[in-house]
Amino acid sequence: MATYFPFLPEQGSRFATGVDTFYFSMVGLTIFFASLIFALILFFSVRYRRRSPREIGADIHGSLPLEIFWSVVPLVIVLGIFAWATELFFTRSNPPANTYDVYVAAKQWMWKVQHPEGISEINELHVPAGRAVKLVMTSQDVIHSFYLPIFRIKQDVIPGRYTSQWFQADKPGKYHLFCAEYCGTNHSHMTGWVHVMEPRDYQHWLSQAGIGTSMVAAGEHLFTSLGCASCHVRDCPPLQGLYGSSVALQDGRTVFAGEAYIRESILAPTAKVVRGYRPIMPTFQGQVSEEGMLQLLAYIKSLAGEAPGKVQK
Amino acid sequence: MSTTPLVPPQSEVKKNYLNAGYGIKSWLLTTDHKRIALLYLASITFFFLIGGLFALLIRLELLTPAGDLVTSETYNKLFTMHGVIMIFFFLIPSIPATLGNFLVPVMVGARDLAFPRINLLSWYLFVIGGVLAIYSMMAGGVDTGWTFYTPYSSVYSNTHVVVMIIGIFVAGFSSILTGLNFIVTIHTMRAPGMTWFRLPLFIWSNYATSLVQILGTPVVAITLALVAIERVFKLGIFNPTLGGDPVLFQHLFWFYSHPAVYIMVLPGMGVISEIISAFSRKRVFGYEFVALASIAISILGFLVWGHHMFVAGESVYSALSFSFLSFLIAIPSAIKVFNWTATLHKGSISFDTPLLYAFGFIGLFTVGGLTGLFLASLGLNVHVHDTYFVVAHFHYIMVGGTVMAYMGGIHYWWPKISGRMYPEGWGRLSALLVFVGFNLTFLPQFVVGYLGMPRRYHAYPPEFQIWNVLSTAGATVLGLGYALPLIYFFWSARYAAKAGPNPWGASGLEWQIDSPPITENFEVTPVITGPPYDYRKVLPQEEPVG
Ligand code: HEC
Ligand SMILES: [Cu+2]
Ligand SMILES: [Cu+2]
Repeated sequence: MATYFPFLPEQGSRFATGVDTFYFSMVGLTIFFASLIFALILFFSVRYRRRSPREIGADIHGSLPLEIFWSVVPLVIVLGIFAWATELFFTRSNPPANTYDVYVAAKQWMWKVQHPEGISEINELHVPAGRAVKLVMTSQDVIHSFYLPIFRIKQDVIPGRYTSQWFQADKPGKYHLFCAEYCGTNHSHMTGWVHVMEPRDYQHWLSQAGIGTSMVAAGEHLFTSLGCASCHVRDCPPLQGLYGSSVALQDGRTVFAGEAYIRESILAPTAKVVRGYRPIMPTFQGQVSEEGMLQLLAYIKSLAGEAPGKVQK
Repeated sequence: MSTTPLVPPQSEVKKNYLNAGYGIKSWLLTTDHKRIALLYLASITFFFLIGGLFALLIRLELLTPAGDLVTSETYNKLFTMHGVIMIFFFLIPSIPATLGNFLVPVMVGARDLAFPRINLLSWYLFVIGGVLAIYSMMAGGVDTGWTFYTPYSSVYSNTHVVVMIIGIFVAGFSSILTGLNFIVTIHTMRAPGMTWFRLPLFIWSNYATSLVQILGTPVVAITLALVAIERVFKLGIFNPTLGGDPVLFQHLFWFYSHPAVYIMVLPGMGVISEIISAFSRKRVFGYEFVALASIAISILGFLVWGHHMFVAGESVYSALSFSFLSFLIAIPSAIKVFNWTATLHKGSISFDTPLLYAFGFIGLFTVGGLTGLFLASLGLNVHVHDTYFVVAHFHYIMVGGTVMAYMGGIHYWWPKISGRMYPEGWGRLSALLVFVGFNLTFLPQFVVGYLGMPRRYHAYPPEFQIWNVLSTAGATVLGLGYALPLIYFFWSARYAAKAGPNPWGASGLEWQIDSPPITENFEVTPVITGPPYDYRKVLPQEEPVG
């Protein structure tokens, strides 16, 4: 019966359980207040129904204590809800360290997924259970939204920038992937599946899927073929140790070197110029595909651990 | 019914605003606010029918999981046009432009609005906007969703976006002009003795609405104009490949479109205050609090737009602020609900159709408001944003709230507008059908939304079907509930019993004049000597009650 008359989606992660607990509390609150109002209306309507045509009601103006009571009580309640919901949101917005990063490039009307090992898939996402997975996403055309109801998470996927979200699946299975932001004709067909696998099965799947060039290697290749390497070994800022650090800019600001900054540095290099360097880097707007960009990003991220200035001439 | 026996029908017909002139010119060139209200009533009823037809087709398509009734292109156009028509051409003008136009001058004790010709102009702008919208639909329609998100609307969609935008732009000016007219009228045309705190609550809520209309509408007009400019001249405003920012559009759009929710619901709240008072023959409990809550809502309403964008790449801290402010705005709405309920206490309650609609409003608005708290909750919003949960929530506010209030208001003031009663039994039946049908349509959508069904889906996984079938069944009942009044109002305008000036024993100024009123509303300018809702004056009692 449950399959035909479902009330609740399955819970695929600790976060999903947390969201459901919150949701049920809210449903309880709604039922309580709706019934309270309903009961009062019903009671008054029967008790004070009109008994003669010229009857009028009592001459009551109002009551300050009551007004204060029913302003302050709801205020306290909503502040409590706010705090609880915000705590949940912090969990979903702050991925743990050492996530397994998977890259998503959306376009009308498909999801292209690239695993760090170099394997790509379309409208499918294979992930290991028990491991925090972070999706780094961008779109090639319009805004989409990567929605995994099983984990109670979604995030808009926006052209021209990176957004990310993370989850940690706790049990294997095959679950829905939806596009939640209307994106044109086949929006409702921009769907797919997330396959959560036991870590061992996942390793097996990776090896089955064939040896692709890993994203880092593909990125390194691009780094050379696009001519980045010709500059970034000599008089240009070293990219080792860049990802995740803070960069001092020419104009005195400091910025956090995350995905967005690196992307901007490649597409609009003059927007934020590193202190001590001249703005000679050309823009690569239109020369790198979104997938290529993700590979470059993976490559630059892979240099995060290395000490600056280690590149050989 | 408390109808005091009427003066026997006079042989010669009394002069009133309806028989003051016949012929098409006397309507199309009228500057009488009451006639303009009727022009609006006819126009928005027309749009309501079109919007309803689209809703019907949407619900039929969703009966089965496969997208089999219409193509995806058509489906996308259906929900876009359903949204555009219902919001810009029905809900936004609904109460202010019809009941507001009719009642604002009467309730403040004036002969007309401050600028009668601008009032007529506003109707013409509405009609021009409407014609453009219909033209864009006939030429092939628009498929962007009523939200016109960029860069889809400004670059990728190849439908008739620009014409539709011009239509909305022009209609927006009609809304601005109505708001302006109300504000000036309420400030400058009040009858002697009509102080601010003697104004009926319907006036307070229309005043608050007008503020939002004149401050918010220009922003959406400019924003949509920018979309059209980007489309036509290929500029990079929202288009990221030309250096634009697609999310900027969402900020600008919701800066208006969230307050627009209050443009739709605040006038409804005003109607409910009037109805609850009239049918319990009691002052509105906590009058000042109800009045000031309207103003608080209209101000706070401008500070919460970011709650539509929690998963659109907004920073965690701006999400936090917008969530917090969204929780705060629940308080003035809660205050209103509690005060309405308290008004019933020790009242003299008569269950006529308007009150049944008002009860429906309170119930549905309460559920709509509380589910708004679900959406303001950051951690939960991530899951339910852009699903049917949101669809259900805003229909509870806009259909369960605004349309219920509108229907209640039309029934309540129908005797004043037409001079005749409507059939009470049929009226109660319609209120019941609307209430039951509404819940049956939209409660299942909360469930299927939480299950994860995204909105704007032409086809969906089979496990969601049962909820969609229930919803479609409910929509049928709902449709029937709306069809009834349409029929009996037409019948009543000709054949029903004469109403007399004050069939309800209500206290407002509008009930102290003829039904239908004369063109000038009042034979002599009224002088106000006390607070509103004083039923002892209307129905003097031998001995004090209570
Ligand atoms: C003509 C030389 C040149 C080329 C070619 C070049 N860059 Fe640069 N790049 C620079 C200079 C100079 C800077 C520092 C000034 C600035 O921020 O614009 C820089 C800055 C950067 C930064 C920011 C570094 C920091 O420390 O914040 C990144 C990331 C980057 N480049 C990546 C690339 C990539 C990827 C490519 C190839 C697609 C590339 N660059 C090609 C010269 C170049
Ligand atoms: Cu989509
Ligand atoms: Cu909103």
